[in-house]
Amino acid sequence: MTEDATRSVSEAGMAGLAVRLRGVTKTYDSGVAALGPLDIEVARGEFVALLGPSGCGKSTALRLIAGLASPTSGTVDVVRQRPETGGTHAIGFVFQEPTLMPWADVAGNVRLPLKLANMPAAEADGRVTDALAQVGLAEFAKSYPRELSGGMKMRVSLARALVTDPDILLMDEPFAALDEITRFRLNNDLLALWRDLRKTVIFVTHSVFESVYLSQRVIVMSARPGRIAAEFRIDAPEPRGEEFRTSADYAGFCRKVSAALAPAYEGQRA
Amino acid sequence: MSNETAAPAQAKSGHAPPLRVLLPIIVFAVGLAAWELVVRLNDIQPYVLPGPWLILKTLVTDWSVLWQSLLVTLLTTLEGFICAAVGGIALALLFNQSRLLEYSLFPYAVILQVTPVIAIAPLLLIYLPQQTAVVVCAWIVAFFPVLSNTALGLNSVDRNLAGLFQLYHASPLQTLRYLKLPAALPHILGGLRIAGGLSLIGAVVAEIAAGSAGAGSGLAYRIAESGYRLNIPRMFAALLLLSAAGIVIYALLALVSHLVLRRWHESALGKES
Repeated sequence: MTEDATRSVSEAGMAGLAVRLRGVTKTYDSGVAALGPLDIEVARGEFVALLGPSGCGKSTALRLIAGLASPTSGTVDVVRQRPETGGTHAIGFVFQEPTLMPWADVAGNVRLPLKLANMPAAEADGRVTDALAQVGLAEFAKSYPRELSGGMKMRVSLARALVTDPDILLMDEPFAALDEITRFRLNNDLLALWRDLRKTVIFVTHSVFESVYLSQRVIVMSARPGRIAAEFRIDAPEPRGEEFRTSADYAGFCRKVSAALAPAYEGQRA
Repeated sequence: MSNETAAPAQAKSGHAPPLRVLLPIIVFAVGLAAWELVVRLNDIQPYVLPGPWLILKTLVTDWSVLWQSLLVTLLTTLEGFICAAVGGIALALLFNQSRLLEYSLFPYAVILQVTPVIAIAPLLLIYLPQQTAVVVCAWIVAFFPVLSNTALGLNSVDRNLAGLFQLYHASPLQTLRYLKLPAALPHILGGLRIAGGLSLIGAVVAEIAAGSAGAGSGLAYRIAESGYRLNIPRMFAALLLLSAAGIVIYALLALVSHLVLRRWHESALGKES
């Protein structure tokens, strides 16, 4: 690791920014260069999609921002708007799988971040109830994960990320394993949540259609080692819904983004 | 992406069909009847082969002696089992915290496991008081499955869940309590289920070894003693009790495992899923 490789979480500086990556690279111990150099700035309250082929390092970028891995070189800056006390946490993370504890019921899973922050039970109960209501699972608090469908599990995972009232929501292909109808519904619910809560969202996906539908900005990444290949601003009117999904604008954005993504797949066998 | 959620649980029926209960009972009854018949028709003497009826009568008439012996053996088994459970789980936790410790000690745990306990028992009886030696034998046999299963369980924590705990700055103790131990629980219970039967075997082996040294009063000692006196019906009666004790121990541990896991683990999910 070189000397300038750092990750910092601060409350000051970087006016209007939530996340900034500068010259970030990640090389695995095996010598494989996974990422970068990568420069990304995400504004506070922005919804950004990271789009790229499998193995391009987009998930790695997300893990670097979350602090689950450290960069080989470059700097990762995360701005939090409040100190991390009383059960708030700057970052919420939604994994590719629901990643729920099978031995705990839905409420227990959502409560986990608060329990780890040693929040008093009475206060935590209220926050858990609110978070479950936000994702529409209020009446499933006592169910166990095995009793839920894939989409519902993902909602629980989302509620768990929201329960600490994070400034930044990191989502790593959260809906990739779901069927199309369920994915559309969760897309819409996520957009509604984002409009209400105005969190900064960084959403990793390999679906062109999902990235264009959800985000204000699509960052297209190249094949490994992942770099920025292109960037598109999706300035469609809010709120987006089915009429946007079937509009000519939407198709146009998708065509442009697909064209930018195509080189990343060159030389790969389907 | 092949992360299918909600993989269907194997369809295992919760209620055993009547045939599965009935057939073994019929086989048992037919076997006993044939045994009794062979003994009576050929007029075989009890010191050669007693019939099932005589064995049952012996069980009743010798009940006070056999019951006392059963309690002694069960106490030994219980002590050995508790030592194995506590020791196995504690050692696995230590191994999980420290790689160095694991590398240093694990081979010896294996050696202890693969050396036949019947060969160790006489040595232990020389160096330890008899009651202690017997418990140590039960412990030696029973602790390894607990150790290896717990270690396996602690290492099979979901990596993303571990990442989540890291993200929320969980302390090592919180990670252990809220993540590793619950995740390892099905494995730990599996280990304990094996250990229950094994500690009975360890206790019996040690008692037989001790019995030949002329002391002891456990059920296995009764078997050895009855053998010297050609009291074959009592040997069978004692064997019957030992077998029953083993079945009860296994059933109890299986029940505990089921009760603990029934809310969430695939192994304990019955008809409703």
